Amino acid sequence: MRYIDEYRDPELARTLLDEIRRKATRRWTIMEICGGQTHSILRNGLDQLLPGSIELVHGPGCPVCVTPLESIERALAIAAREEVIFTSFGDMLRVPGNAKDLFMVRSAGGDVRIVFSPLDALQIARDNPSKEVVFFAVGFETTAPANAMAVWQAAREGRENFSVLVSQVMVPPAMRAILSSPGNRVQGFLAAGHVCAVMGYEEYEPVAREFHVPIVPTGFEPVDLLAGILNTVELLEEGRAEVVNRYGRVVSREGNPVAREIMAKVFEVIDRPWRGIGLIPDSGLGLREAFARFDAEKKFHVTNICAQESPLCMSGSVLQGMLKPDGCPAFAKECTPEHPLGATMVSSEGACAAYYNYHTIVS
Amino acid sequence: MTIAPACPTPIMQHETVQMAHGAGGRLSQALMQRVFMPHLSNAFLDLLDDQAKLDLPLGRTAFTTDTYVVSPVFFPGGNIGELAVNGTVNDLAVGGARPLYLSAGFVLEEGLLLAELETIVKSMAEAARRAGVMIVTGDTKVVGKGQCDKIFINTSGIGVIREGVNLSCRNLKAGDSIILSGTVGDHGMAIMTSREGLSFHSRITSDCVALNGMIGSILDELPCAIHAMRDPTRGGVAATLNELASSSSVGIEINESTIPVKPDVRGACELLGIDPLHVANEGKLVVAVAADNAREALDLIRSFDPGRDAVIIGSVVDDHPGMVVMRTLYGSRRIIDLPLGEQLPRIC
Amino acid sequence: MCLAIPGKLIELTTENGLKMGIIDVNGSKTRACLEYVPDIKAGQYTIVHAGFALKIIDEEEAAESLKLWQELIESGAFQPEEDSPFPEIV
Ligand code: SF4
Repeated sequence: MRYIDEYRDPELARTLLDEIRRKATRRWTIMEICGGQTHSILRNGLDQLLPGSIELVHGPGCPVCVTPLESIERALAIAAREEVIFTSFGDMLRVPGNAKDLFMVRSAGGDVRIVFSPLDALQIARDNPSKEVVFFAVGFETTAPANAMAVWQAAREGRENFSVLVSQVMVPPAMRAILSSPGNRVQGFLAAGHVCAVMGYEEYEPVAREFHVPIVPTGFEPVDLLAGILNTVELLEEGRAEVVNRYGRVVSREGNPVAREIMAKVFEVIDRPWRGIGLIPDSGLGLREAFARFDAEKKFHVTNICAQESPLCMSGSVLQGMLKPDGCPAFAKECTPEHPLGATMVSSEGACAAYYNYHTIVS
Repeated sequence: MTIAPACPTPIMQHETVQMAHGAGGRLSQALMQRVFMPHLSNAFLDLLDDQAKLDLPLGRTAFTTDTYVVSPVFFPGGNIGELAVNGTVNDLAVGGARPLYLSAGFVLEEGLLLAELETIVKSMAEAARRAGVMIVTGDTKVVGKGQCDKIFINTSGIGVIREGVNLSCRNLKAGDSIILSGTVGDHGMAIMTSREGLSFHSRITSDCVALNGMIGSILDELPCAIHAMRDPTRGGVAATLNELASSSSVGIEINESTIPVKPDVRGACELLGIDPLHVANEGKLVVAVAADNAREALDLIRSFDPGRDAVIIGSVVDDHPGMVVMRTLYGSRRIIDLPLGEQLPRIC
Repeated sequence: MCLAIPGKLIELTTENGLKMGIIDVNGSKTRACLEYVPDIKAGQYTIVHAGFALKIIDEEEAAESLKLWQELIESGAFQPEEDSPFPEIV
């Protein structure tokens, strides 16, 4: 596959690993923000191949994992309604609320459908004018333009039977929250390549300066990841707190201005709670007043639904890199992918699930 | 002016399945005569008895059943009818049996186009002919609109196990080679990409095929060297390997670089974030064979069309009993776990 | 987060007033919205996320960085160490 296979080349990976090994003279703790990168690292066992001095900690960059429990509960309440067709990316269906997930709503008669694109949800609204079609608009900055376009287009068409349940979050505020926390161990970051495809990396420059950490946007294939780690190690060794782009084929400094424009027209920055972490100021996106009629929370009056996390779950510490998943007492005991207590066990890229599925074999 | 007598004759020529088609009356008979018999007719079925009376050859009998529900009912490379015949034939064959007779039970949704039903029945007849089995008894029920998805089919099958063959998923021994008969994920991705709402324009073709011919030859040539066979359907190769490893209490090691995946299947899997090892196949075989005979078995499998892409993907080991471990392209190792329920397309 | 896969634009269309296209990913074809890559032409590669093309792949940049790596390997700048942790693939 063009633009994939080149970046899965074992020889190149080996060369980069050797170079990392040579460059690293001390212990370094690097966080990959993005759950997709966590997935790729564990799936390919890159963590087993890195020198012991490099510790990777897995960040909160998985929208499934950080979508707060109350959003899930609101989704469940809306999806159960008679007049609603509830649409969602496949990822969200297994995320447990307090007692249920969307699959259970579906088996109880709710019309819950998986879509690949938010525009497909809008199409369902066109095809079912007598139904209320709700799309669960989760995601980071990568997904925000897609979600924004669905709303934008619905407004243009005057599609009143379409609405979105928004749980959009953003990376830089989460990075700041992690770096400001007293228990922080992270010394350098791999930034999420596809978030940067949209946002560019300009906004990471002040973070790098303020907290004195190197930040390296990179891709998802093993060679991209290893090149990103190598670069981060080099910057750390040289004491340079800079942003260096390792994903030039997709990321530029300014990102995608067209996408950002529509995003900014539809969404505004708001405070958002993150599952397991709590409220992070200015870390989310909500619909602007002009699009309030597409806000499913308002349409179905679910803003009053609140929820309580499982007291056993330590996903907050996991998401902030303070605890490895297998350090959680419930890991693989009370909490498994079949019976997840926290969202990090649900998404296949959630740190707990990734650990569970791909954990290193200690022989 | 004369008034015609009341009671107009009921309509007998329908375009779609009616509730009455399943009620056992005239319409049921009409359905039999018009749709089923022209294609499935054989000496047993033609008697229209409530049961087929069979003389089985001597030996141990294998008996299996499976119910087929698939959406969409027609998919690139086949339809539910073919699937229902080939699937049950394969379930018999992987146990070392020569498949002989099948039953077919249909649950039809009111409103199903009779033309579609006929296409399905016709492919069942063709599939049965190709596999050398006979459909000897059957049943049809009709349920109301919305109570099933067009058509569900159950097939049961009877076969006779070859003398001297003892295949079981408990038979794996350390040192055995694991052969995979071809590319993974074709059927599951054919189904998934032809579903509505996923924006695909692909035509990934299902691998749905009967394997009894190929399996028969392998067992004729190497009756003792083959320790176990499985067709990796739901849950894919990952589930099958896990079943084999845990049933035999052995470990299995496979190499990522050897797993064959068709380019378009790989593309679709990448897009949807799905591991091809977790995706269903309907015409593939996983074989555990004594290492000394692995080469011979491989060449034999490759000489058949459904096995032309066969490879040795790994071996059975003493380590980590019950566990399947894959050596990645980079030399690291990871556990291949059982997939968790339904495969969902993901965005993250 | 955010699975985004590179594919080649093979056909441009319009749907409900939106710029759309068919993207070929290794022989599998999927539909994607092209509104965010207004300058894209058939034959170019883009990354697709949630049914949207997000960025045209900079082919020159890609070729250049790969070439650089290749040169480094060939020039022997990276000498694999004796105790390389990289086990042979059997
Ligand atoms: S293992 Fe389960 S309970 Fe523990 S932190 Fe992870 S999700 Fe929460």
